[in-house]
Amino acid sequence: MNWIFDNDRPIYVQLVEQLEMDILSGNYPLGSKLPSVRELADLLKVNPNTMQRAFLELENKGLVFTKRTSGRFVTENKNLIDDLREEYAKKSVGAFKKSMQQLGFSEEEMLDHVKEKG
Amino acid sequence: MLIECKKLCKNYGAKKVLKNINLNIEKGKIVGLLGPNGSGKTTFIKLLNDLLVPTSGEVLINGKKPGIESKKIISYLPERTYLDNNLKVEEIIEFFEDFYEDFDSKIAFKLLKKLKIDPKDKLKTMSKGTKEKVQLILVMSRRAELYILDEPIGGVDPAARDYILDTIMENFNQGATILISTHLISDIERILDDVIFIQDGQIKEHDSADQLRKKHNKSIDMIFREEFKC
Repeated sequence: MNWIFDNDRPIYVQLVEQLEMDILSGNYPLGSKLPSVRELADLLKVNPNTMQRAFLELENKGLVFTKRTSGRFVTENKNLIDDLREEYAKKSVGAFKKSMQQLGFSEEEMLDHVKEKG
Repeated sequence: MLIECKKLCKNYGAKKVLKNINLNIEKGKIVGLLGPNGSGKTTFIKLLNDLLVPTSGEVLINGKKPGIESKKIISYLPERTYLDNNLKVEEIIEFFEDFYEDFDSKIAFKLLKKLKIDPKDKLKTMSKGTKEKVQLILVMSRRAELYILDEPIGGVDPAARDYILDTIMENFNQGATILISTHLISDIERILDDVIFIQDGQIKEHDSADQLRKKHNKSIDMIFREEFKC
């Protein structure tokens, strides 16, 4: 695993985004155990404190939870994941529509483009 | 608090090099000490290491003045080399093993192997960058509470820098603190928790690296370039 970080933005924010994506895409399935802070920090070459901060953020979002003795797990709440996926879908469709509108395409033409090339 | 400075001042004759520094550094952080040439970085580091005495004010390590006790817990990489050029790396390791209670030669040999340095080589046969790697390995092979690195990796090629930073991160004691002074900000900023900007002997800013990025929407390197524009 080799993630490239952008130094212009907080690194923990980028970690949260990436891990979120891994959870939403099922790369880390519902209820599965996550690597430890230290393991993941070593793997991604980030400061363990930064990794810890990212995990706390994910905990606050309810995407992961800690079991006192056995480590950190992905949430078992499928609704939460589905809601977040919907939210992301809306966002990316919105962005797509906006740039297509700027190029002067109607919604019907947009649909054609999606079907043809998507 | 691992490091506490209260109204710390240092003069060289009439020249005021550090002016009323108030600063706390917590345990378990990687802290970048960043500032232009002549801003007082090395003077500050020498005060921490008991190589200089404050003109006024005080600096405390674990609540005590720098001295024999603080030297036991601080592993220090000075800006200049002090090792005997005629020695082989393995001889220096033996010396360190003997000298420091917390030195672990297993770590040293492991790191040498990772960086493809032959322990049987003499220092004087090595390039500047390789010598720097050896010194850094020696410093990082102590199980210290505080590592103070004054301009490390300056002579090391960019490809090896990343590798060395990763090695530092993987190997430093959990709970230990690293204070790094450097100009090579873009190379090291990704590993920093906190950043201290120092200018004309004063602390300009002391905050978490991610907080600064958020505030300025820029990398630490860019913030530095703008703050210290000539």
